[in-house]
Amino acid sequence: MSLGKEMGTQAGEKGGRMLSLSVDGKSVQVREGAFVLEAARAAGVEIPTLCHHPALEPYGGCRLCLVDVTRPEWGGWCKLVIACQFPAEEGLLVHTATERVVETRRVVLDLLLARCPETPLVQELARRHGIEQTSYVANPEPTDCILCALCTRVCDHLGISAIATVNRGIGREVAPPWGEAPPDCIGCLACAEICPTSCIPYETSEGSRTIWGKTFEMLRCTRCGRAHVTVAEADFFAGRGGVPRSYFELCDACKRKEMAATFVKLSRGAAGFSVGA
Amino acid sequence: MRIESEQAFQRFVAQARKRSSARSREVLVCCGTGCLANGSAKVAEALAAELAKRGSDVPVATFTKRTGCHGFCERGPLVVLQPQGVLYTRVKPRDAAEIVEKSVIGGEVISRLVYKDPASGQRIPGYAEVPFYQRQTRVAMRNIGRIDPADIEDAVAHGAYAGLAKALFTMTPEQVIEEIEVAGLRGRGGAGFPTARKWRSCRAAAGDRKFVVCNGDEGDPGAFKDRSIMEGDPHSVIEGMVIGAYAVGAHEGFIYVRDEYPLAVVHLTLALEQARARGLLGANILGTGFDFDIRISRGGGAFVCGESSALMRSREGKVGEPRAKYVHATERGLFDLPTVLNNVETWADVGAILARGGAWFASMGTAKSKGTKAFSLVGKVKNTGLIELPMGTTLREIIYGIGGGVLGDRPFKAVQTGGPSGGCVPESLLDLPVDYEKLTEAGSMMGSGGMIVMDDRTCMVEVARYFLQFLTEESCGKCIPCREGLHQMLAIFEDLVAGRGKSGDIEKIERLARGMQLGSLCELGKSAPNPVLSTLRYFRSEYEAHIERRACPAGICRELTAYEIVETACNGCHACFKVCPVGAITGKIKELHVIHHDTCISCGACFDVCPTQAIRTFPKKELAERGVA
Repeated sequence: MSLGKEMGTQAGEKGGRMLSLSVDGKSVQVREGAFVLEAARAAGVEIPTLCHHPALEPYGGCRLCLVDVTRPEWGGWCKLVIACQFPAEEGLLVHTATERVVETRRVVLDLLLARCPETPLVQELARRHGIEQTSYVANPEPTDCILCALCTRVCDHLGISAIATVNRGIGREVAPPWGEAPPDCIGCLACAEICPTSCIPYETSEGSRTIWGKTFEMLRCTRCGRAHVTVAEADFFAGRGGVPRSYFELCDACKRKEMAATFVKLSRGAAGFSVGA
Repeated sequence: MRIESEQAFQRFVAQARKRSSARSREVLVCCGTGCLANGSAKVAEALAAELAKRGSDVPVATFTKRTGCHGFCERGPLVVLQPQGVLYTRVKPRDAAEIVEKSVIGGEVISRLVYKDPASGQRIPGYAEVPFYQRQTRVAMRNIGRIDPADIEDAVAHGAYAGLAKALFTMTPEQVIEEIEVAGLRGRGGAGFPTARKWRSCRAAAGDRKFVVCNGDEGDPGAFKDRSIMEGDPHSVIEGMVIGAYAVGAHEGFIYVRDEYPLAVVHLTLALEQARARGLLGANILGTGFDFDIRISRGGGAFVCGESSALMRSREGKVGEPRAKYVHATERGLFDLPTVLNNVETWADVGAILARGGAWFASMGTAKSKGTKAFSLVGKVKNTGLIELPMGTTLREIIYGIGGGVLGDRPFKAVQTGGPSGGCVPESLLDLPVDYEKLTEAGSMMGSGGMIVMDDRTCMVEVARYFLQFLTEESCGKCIPCREGLHQMLAIFEDLVAGRGKSGDIEKIERLARGMQLGSLCELGKSAPNPVLSTLRYFRSEYEAHIERRACPAGICRELTAYEIVETACNGCHACFKVCPVGAITGKIKELHVIHHDTCISCGACFDVCPTQAIRTFPKKELAERGVA
């Protein structure tokens, strides 16, 4: 799946035919290949999600985006599916708040709150569904990790695969191989930044960054001197081709400044244009 | 010596049959896993050695043949003399000399080794007349126990690859699918999806590269039918897969088999090599221009990899986790390419259906569930073993007719069908005809075909807790309802069996169970509440007793149960004294024995050994009333 495939209201493969469907009575059009979740969002219907990210392949782990789908010819029979992975179909009727959808979502949130009783994101989502306190046994060792696997998936997506979910069942966790400093990690922070509960610790200090127990040497911006990227990250992306190593000489802020300066210069040179004062 | 025409195949069959009939006298030794565990390899060696030693005395050349599982594991090691059809049970290596002397040379039947029917008390020498076999109809297991699984000629002499030859030489792929449709074959892995529909959808899928996969990741506790088929007749699986590949247009196949089944891996590997050497597999199969080959892929031991989408991920080299199946595997399966995945037993049925016709298969079974079904019959039943019978056979027939009834003639309480995600069916439903629909209606499922018989010494709350624990350990943990739901459900059950249940627990269980059924990603999580819901449905009072009275009515849950000796029934045999692991029983031989509650751990060992049923259970809380600590 390509990046940004699901972005925007005109979701789906470019050039695919348009499909009409209805979400909670609102009709909406999406491109063929889009999922029900995108159709709902295009229709302005809110469906909660925790493991979904528009840049990544749908995962189906959090189960919060459950919806009922049906078709007029099904004679009232409904199918319970998850919106992030069910492909939109012409004429599909989507119901996002049937009794069983609401109830199942509540059970899932209740269970998640038991796992993460102190996590603000989970508390807030549970509260919005009428759950103040979990009815199950609260985790005696509270964690903020909701196991949405966004971190491992973004790491895979970048072609790094330094971390993964390990172990089964309740013992599942995100970890580097053998729990040791991951040899493939480039310290890019994609995992930490995508984490919806910010529970992946890292530290960037003068000249070095530490994440997953691995310390990286930083590359400084040749202009402002800020340590902006790890040497390993610059090497990785430059080594993969497409991005020259020189791209990492400037930090993002300085790159923007330079680009702005270039625009100003160009526009001054062009007749009839003036930028700013 | 590759076979490259129909005539060549017929010649091969004729030659194999000729060799087989020349070996008209055979001593078949069951070398299935159960019998091997009971020492059948030594029995086979002893018989072969004895036959060699007495070579000149043996009137007709007699061969020892190591076969796959005969199914009657309870009575193993099993030995069958052919052509007489005499069955000897529980044979020891030291019996070899007598068997050769009296039966092979002398033609006598050794009464001592013959099966004694517990119902009539009669000795039944004939294999076919033993009730355990008499009531069965074998299709998927047609050649198990009859052939040497390591010898393709022996398999061919018994009809293997006849269905494949018919399909390749006389039928179009569409006609093959039609034949499977006429047969009404449905997936034997438990879900019961119509096989023909699956194949047709894969055939119609776009693309030239397609896969055919055999699911041999049989992980349910107590289930071993797929194991026995792969071990005892690997050719039936290969034949089915080649036919399936021809029908859908696939050229690559995989058999995913658990690594815990080493003998299955050995026999399958051997069978694949032999089939390839004969031109029954590989390039240009039987000279028809059709190419298809199979590779073996060994599973790493995760139960969830028996789930088809997880199995495919595992085969791809990724973590074995399920994914949504909104787009069917027949369109996007293994490596995102069209894939047909069927269970071992389904594949084993295919060859027989092609050879004998779909109508023949459909003549057996019920309205919607056709043909026969293999079951592993285990638990508190007299005849533990592997069986195959027409769909629609009643549970009573299976448990009492074939299974010989409950061990020790104790009262029947329930039968657990379909593995850990199945359900418990109570006595009131013993006359239930077993098929996909009826088991589902009863709150259980066909599943892997495992059947665990339970007697009155079974606490249904504890049974549910046991299966929950199994599933908690095997849940992959990808989705919240299964991972967290099982963990919380198990916590509730651990409280129940320890007498810490609270009012409202039953409602909590029901709500959580429904959330898991509706919310989980794959069938493991969706069906995980089945053992809970089926026991609640049929044995609700036991749950209530655990919560309200802090009592385990079956007298099993240790925290809730105390044991005592009934004075009038104890004969002082001292058996309980010997078996007690903590020395909580005192008493001299021929005198009354006493259980000391302060040291007793309520393990129930004394109860099980007492010959006079002098041991009684009672709720532990009564100890306080009696003033015992």
